This record gives sequence, C-alpha cells and structure tokens, in this order.
Amino acid sequence: MARSRSRKPLPEINSGSMADIAFLLLIFFLVTTTMDQEFGLPRELPRKIEEQVPPPPVKERNVLLVYVNRNNDLLVNNEYGDIKSLKERVKAFVSNKTNRTDWPEKDAPDEYGKDGHTFVFQKSKGIVALQNDRLTTYKTYIQVQDVLTQAFNELRNELSKEKYGKTYDELTQLSTKGQTDDIQEEASTKVQAIQKAIPMAISEAEPIKSK
Amino acid sequence: MSKFKKRGGGSGAPGINTASLPDIVFMLLFFFMVATRMREVTLQVKVTKPGSSQAVKIAAEDRNKIISVYVGKPTKSQLYGSAPRMQLNDVIADIKDVGPFVLEEMNRLPEADRKKAFVSIKGDEEISTGIITDIKEALRDVDALKIQYGTRKTPVLY
Repeated sequence: MARSRSRKPLPEINSGSMADIAFLLLIFFLVTTTMDQEFGLPRELPRKIEEQVPPPPVKERNVLLVYVNRNNDLLVNNEYGDIKSLKERVKAFVSNKTNRTDWPEKDAPDEYGKDGHTFVFQKSKGIVALQNDRLTTYKTYIQVQDVLTQAFNELRNELSKEKYGKTYDELTQLSTKGQTDDIQEEASTKVQAIQKAIPMAISEAEPIKSK
Repeated sequence: MSKFKKRGGGSGAPGINTASLPDIVFMLLFFFMVATRMREVTLQVKVTKPGSSQAVKIAAEDRNKIISVYVGKPTKSQLYGSAPRMQLNDVIADIKDVGPFVLEEMNRLPEADRKKAFVSIKGDEEISTGIITDIKEALRDVDALKIQYGTRKTPVLY
C-alpha cells in the first residue's frame, strides 16, 4: 500500500477556495474593527477640598467670569457676551498688554526655560472661570471650552514665535514626531517653558443650581 | 447551456488566471488587521460627539489608558426611557456607579499606567450639561482628576 502510494504523483491541493476564505476573514475584520481616531479636550479637575478650608483668595480683577445660561447665552463679567468675540476678549484680558487696572495683575519678570533656551516674561495671574447652567446644551459648552482653549493656544503661539521663532504648535509637533533626539529634547524644553509661562488657566466652577 | 459550453471549450478568450487573487485579498486583510483595532463596546446610547477645533489626538500608545464614559439617549428607549443615560463598558448605569467603575478600571491597569490614566467623557452633543457636571463631581469624589471631553476634530468655527 505504502509503496504504491509513494509512486503516485501527489495530487495538488486545489487552492481555488483560498480567495473565498481570505474574503471571509477580511469581511470579519471590516465589521468588527473601527478606524476612528480618538480626539479630546484634556482638562484637570480641581481637587475636592474639605468644606472648612476656605479656597485661596483670588482678586476679583484676575478673574474673567464666563457664564453660559440655559438658553446658551453668554455672560462675560456681567455683560452680555458673544461667542464670536469671546476669544479676542479672553486674549486681551489674560495678556493685559495695556496694563489696565481692572484686568489681571502680572508676576514680577521671571526667567523661563533652561539649557540656554531661556527668556524673561511676566506671567499673568488671569484666570477664566467657566460656569454653566445644568440645562446648557453640551454642544455649546464644548464650543465655549474650545474657544477658551483656542485663546490660550494663540497666546502661547504668539509668545513662542516671539521668543523662539517657532509657534507653539510647531514646537509641539517637533517634540513628538520622528525627529532626532536632540531636536525633540530641545523642542520639549521649549514647550514646557511656554506652558509654564502661559498656563491653561481655565477653571470649571460648579454650576449654579437651577430651580 | 450547450451554447455556453461551446464558447468555453472553443478558441474564445482564455480565462483570467485567479491564482494571485488570494494573495491580493490577504494583503488587504493584513492591512485592515494592522490599521484598525477591535471595537470595545457596543454602544447602547446615541453619541454624536461635539465638534472642537483644539482637540488633541490621543496617541496610539495611550489608547489603553482611556476609561470611557458614554452619555446619550438610549437607543432602546422602551427599555431605558428617553432621558440621557450613561453607559459604562456594556451596561447602562446610574451616576452612583461611575466612581466605583472608574476605580475598578484603574485597578485593572498595570501599575505604571495608573497615573497616566484618564477618564474620557464622551457625551452626545444634544444632551444638557447637568449630567456631565454630575459625572465630574463623581470623579472628583474618587480623586480621578484627569479627564478629557471626547470630541470630533473640526476646523476653527469662531
């Protein structure tokens, strides 16, 4: 038996159905997987504090209160606001270039950065406090968050362009993606310096209880 | 039938060689295996994320550090009602479940990743912000302070 079998030429395996099998697998993967990328606005929540401990005092001139009500209208420091002009308002307020007395104070000039990539800058004490009603639409809330983020990012871009000759966005790109170690390290030093000079000072206060 | 047979057996156009078809399909298959990842949960709430121009992309290596909380209207409204609810993993849950859920998910992560873990709140754009605020309060109660509002990436609006 064995001898006769070995003499026969081996029949070829029919691979005609291979394509069908592969298609089946392909379709399975197409159905069960996603290609969507995750995007998000990162935020840091304030730590829960005991009721007895009073919150650190913040001067009134340092706070820009942005309130979004249940009809998605904006109130910026007790004046009617508009989402289209909010960005410029926040930028002007936080940077306070004209040194208005009712806009935020600035720290004494300080040196930021290290390893020869330093600059002197007066950090602003400005904080944007975002307050919302329970019935504010989430879409509007995120839009306002987005505009606030945009304001701070543009301030960072301007400072970075002035001090380092590159915008903050470019530096962030350089600090993460396929560059040589030297460039990456230098860029991330600069990014940290800018972040320290202009912190993302958005405070999400607890909402006013709606009746 | 005989008509077809004649043409096939005759000196008509030769059949296309399909021997390389499996290779092509396998190539596609491998591409999809590499470029995609498994769906983690089946959504039971409707979530259309709000758009944001400043949204940051989450790097592929940080994907496993996301703890997702979905908020939206349940798709099975006869079962869960039409008010916005939150979904944790595969179950519709209440606000009191959020804290324990986040702590449990944190514990499941390797120790090195726990500090970098963050909660991604993926809310539908049509819900009201109250439920999001409740979630944020629940997260503050369990000291999970790093959060992220899950959004879509859009061009600058204003």
